Amino acid sequence: MELTLNWYLSLSAVLFTIGVLGVLLRRNAIVILLAVELMLNAVNLTLVALSQSFGDVDGQILVFFVMSVAAAEAAVGLAIVIAIYRNKLTVNVDEINLFRG
Amino acid sequence: MLETFLFFLFAVLAVAGALGMLISRNPVASALWMVMTLFAVACLYLTLNAQFIGVVQILVYAGAIMVLFLFVIMLLNLGETPRLGRFDWKKGVAFVLGVAVLAQLLVVVALRLDVMPEPIPAADAAEATSAEQIGLALLTEHAFSLEIIGVLLLAATIGAVLLAKKRFV
Repeated sequence: MELTLNWYLSLSAVLFTIGVLGVLLRRNAIVILLAVELMLNAVNLTLVALSQSFGDVDGQILVFFVMSVAAAEAAVGLAIVIAIYRNKLTVNVDEINLFRG
Repeated sequence: MLETFLFFLFAVLAVAGALGMLISRNPVASALWMVMTLFAVACLYLTLNAQFIGVVQILVYAGAIMVLFLFVIMLLNLGETPRLGRFDWKKGVAFVLGVAVLAQLLVVVALRLDVMPEPIPAADAAEATSAEQIGLALLTEHAFSLEIIGVLLLAATIGAVLLAKKRFV
């Protein structure tokens, strides 16, 4: 079978779905952030595949920016997890109900 | 033939790493499976002739972001691995929603709505999107965005340092 663009887009869809399942099913805050990074990687794969299919460099520029934003978001998200852990001594999102009571 | 084999090899590795990250009970194991996924995706970028993005993926994602994740996981010292959670109806609904997202995305890919232009040959695309062209575009057409990304990274650094301090003053 010929390796077309659709294969890369389908693989990106599968990786994105696994990321969505990770965000919805896991209870550890750090693993939820890992699943968000997986979703961003899936989108990056889509962008690079489309960029290489049409010879447009803007796709890879956008991938560059998405990676930078993902790095910034991972750093701040992990800092928030550390700050919450210092108060609640847990990273289980079921037990972090700070707004209640 | 070799291209197809390489694509399927790295695709299987990427999906296996993603599933390993999803299923592992230990967060360190999840992070290490994620590193395998990131390496597989970087190799997929290389099969797509996107050398700059492939190397940047290994440097930034696998080399910096995942190391940061592992630092934080080891720093928090989460203790024993948690027990396997019970399978209640909420997890069933979440699984159904995930499968619905996958079905939607695959239908969009399969329909091949004829709004996209014709693909160009791989050699021309590789030449038009080489590292030289990326550098040119970053510094001329997207220079403003590049500066904004610098400011964003500075803001994230300051924010992360402040949030993780012992006394939030």
